[in-house]
Amino acid sequence: MDTAIVDYGTGNIRSVLKAIESLGYSAEVIDTPEKISAAKSLIIPGQGSSGYAMKKLREKQLVNPIIDYIKEQRPFFGVCLGLQLLMETSEEDPEPCLGIIPGEVKRFQHGLKIPHMGWNQVQFTTQNPIFSGIPEDSFFYFVHSYYVDPFDDDIVLGETEYGLTFCSAIAKDNIVATQFHPEKSGEIGLSLYKNFLANI
Amino acid sequence: MLTKRIIPCLDVKLGRVVKGVQFLDHVDAGDPVELAGYYNQEGADELVFYDITASSDDRNIMIEVVSQTAEQVFIPLTVGGGIRTIEDVNKMLLAGADKVSINTAAVQRPEFIEESAKAFGSQCIVVGIDVIRSNNGQRFTWTVKTHTGRDGGRSTGLDAIEWVKQVVELGAGEIVLNSIDSDGMLSGYDIDLLQAVSKYASIPVVASGGAGKLSDFSDAIINGNADAVLAASIFHFNKYSIKEVKNYLDSKDIAVRF
Repeated sequence: MDTAIVDYGTGNIRSVLKAIESLGYSAEVIDTPEKISAAKSLIIPGQGSSGYAMKKLREKQLVNPIIDYIKEQRPFFGVCLGLQLLMETSEEDPEPCLGIIPGEVKRFQHGLKIPHMGWNQVQFTTQNPIFSGIPEDSFFYFVHSYYVDPFDDDIVLGETEYGLTFCSAIAKDNIVATQFHPEKSGEIGLSLYKNFLANI
Repeated sequence: MLTKRIIPCLDVKLGRVVKGVQFLDHVDAGDPVELAGYYNQEGADELVFYDITASSDDRNIMIEVVSQTAEQVFIPLTVGGGIRTIEDVNKMLLAGADKVSINTAAVQRPEFIEESAKAFGSQCIVVGIDVIRSNNGQRFTWTVKTHTGRDGGRSTGLDAIEWVKQVVELGAGEIVLNSIDSDGMLSGYDIDLLQAVSKYASIPVVASGGAGKLSDFSDAIINGNADAVLAASIFHFNKYSIKEVKNYLDSKDIAVRF
């Protein structure tokens, strides 16, 4: 299996699986610590609330295996909630997140339609092979009410405008994570997964 | 910049796409999976499937259609029609739907919105609101109708604006606002309705029912404050392509995705 997709009872797991398979790669949906340790690369997709997701990860005893996996510098891709969970804290829930990346998850300000739903552009702030072949200002599909604010600006890979400029993609060592959904962003979205899997 | 979305809607009956006028008199308009692929190529921003018969026997056909579509088309897919329980929502999401649209069941039991939003996240719970318009001499009012999938539906006496406020409060992630008077008439979206609703909707509103010419789309967005525009006939019968609609909106300085 080229990659393993973590199923913690939330999120559009099947869309991610089908997107990966459409690219000719093999993927497995997993939910045990053993499978995480054995994964060649790991994807955490996700939708919904951070508190609920952390509760589910705890119930399935996946929190430490995921943290260990990432700390071992192995290939990791987080999507939407899978990006937010990397932070330390979230305004959405008092439950702490995974705390792998110093930063917070914040709610969009009042006066904006929430969720931020639809196609929006990503401006690249750093060069990275994950965006190889993808033009600057490409459109990706977003649906979220919270965004990440990492403390270290150097890990910000892409930014998007919605009432403010927020971080819509990060990259740090073995970690790539996006606020938007590559599996729902047509051909351009798929090429992001392709770039990820081609480099593992 | 967040773009305005163009959404073709496919009414599905027994595994085929059909299109009616004012929710009745359906004619065949093609295979749903094929049409979904076609619209994706054309630049559709999302797709909506409405299961317009939705008896329990037909439900499995719809799940199969959703499942096949989700294997081939990598843009957001909303499924509605006959969604009554948390289990119904779950089945559609597992089949590959990104959002589920609830309508009659939400009117009958408003807590259903809250329960499903809590279980699956607001982002995937769309509330479809079908309304009829009346004019009391001084101003327009709109009343919610349910069971619109068959026999023209039932009037509820529920005021559409009051219902919108409640739907937002209960945690819906989006509203699809459908004017029954305009459905299939190609006479334009109900702009008064969109304006009235947009004052109270802090969540995205999708205009539905009535698109017949290019300026109808820009009217819904500029004058009706719609976040997205949904249409069926105009696309199925090739009056305009999605690209033509997007080019037109772009010429009116409305942000769209190319």
